[in-house]
Amino acid sequence: MSVITIERKVLEKNDEIAKANRDLFRQRGIYVLNMVSSPGAGKTSLLERTLAHLHGRLPVAVIEGDVQTDFDAQRVAKFGIPVVQIVTNGGCHLDAKLISDALQSLELTGVKVVVIENVGNLVCPANYDLGEEIKVVVASTTEGDDKPLKYPTMFRNAGVLIVNKIDLLPHLPSNIETLKKNALSINPKLQVFETSCTTDAGIAEWCEWLEKMCAKKP
Amino acid sequence: MHELSIAQSILDIIVSNVPEDQLHYVRTVSLKVGKSSGIVPESLEFCFMAITAETNLCQARLNIEKIPFVIHCHTCGLEQENEVGSALCASCGSVDTTILSGTEMQFSEIELDEVA
Repeated sequence: MSVITIERKVLEKNDEIAKANRDLFRQRGIYVLNMVSSPGAGKTSLLERTLAHLHGRLPVAVIEGDVQTDFDAQRVAKFGIPVVQIVTNGGCHLDAKLISDALQSLELTGVKVVVIENVGNLVCPANYDLGEEIKVVVASTTEGDDKPLKYPTMFRNAGVLIVNKIDLLPHLPSNIETLKKNALSINPKLQVFETSCTTDAGIAEWCEWLEKMCAKKP
Repeated sequence: MHELSIAQSILDIIVSNVPEDQLHYVRTVSLKVGKSSGIVPESLEFCFMAITAETNLCQARLNIEKIPFVIHCHTCGLEQENEVGSALCASCGSVDTTILSGTEMQFSEIELDEVA
């Protein structure tokens, strides 16, 4: 019996590519968000409201990730910004190599923010660093207030929590304070925003924060 | 089902560390997987078996050491394990805590049998 000792992270290769992505973004002074949520939480709608609000104020480019179709890229393209669609063909998450490949066809000149909209899934994307500056987890009020406790890894790895669909709260049994308390028990450092893409509530506050973060970049 | 792509990453690490003519001697591949890493060890074992079946790694099996989720509370000083991945101190309720273990996904060693 012989033993080969290999003390390293299992996803080291992904992490190396993620680091190269991050270095490239930082060199160009681009702030990168990795947007994650379960399917249907409202990531694309939130992105649309964000793009509408930031139009003419902050140049954004988008990388869309979906299992199938380029519907989301089409929605985003209406804003006249650079967008590239990654179709994973069944893959449940984006990885750093997919982002690195997508960057070959994404025009980054003048861009200050890149939003990566990950595949709708609260499990798998949690483990994959894409080279982002921060993970933004979107949890909608319709999903129930116990979501953070069911998917702790994702909430732990995120820096921002956006509670979306707050306009529906009067019709739901879920309690937003409980949702936030649960999320903060997993990750006390989470920056929390509350939004509605129907009424635009909270969109200005979220965008203001994003602009502030971008202003910190060189 | 990201265990499949994680199994592929494990396979890549094995192939890049064991000479090709010795791959069929690989018996045990040891990993440390945190209980709050988001990985299901049984799924990972299944996926690894599935992708190595009928290859020269078909006799290799994963040996997964499950690492408990442990936090240290900076308010009361208590080091504690919890099953749910919470950052909340069970003793004093503080969230001023540091994770000591339980989120890792670490490769540790490959055991080979009777290398010629």
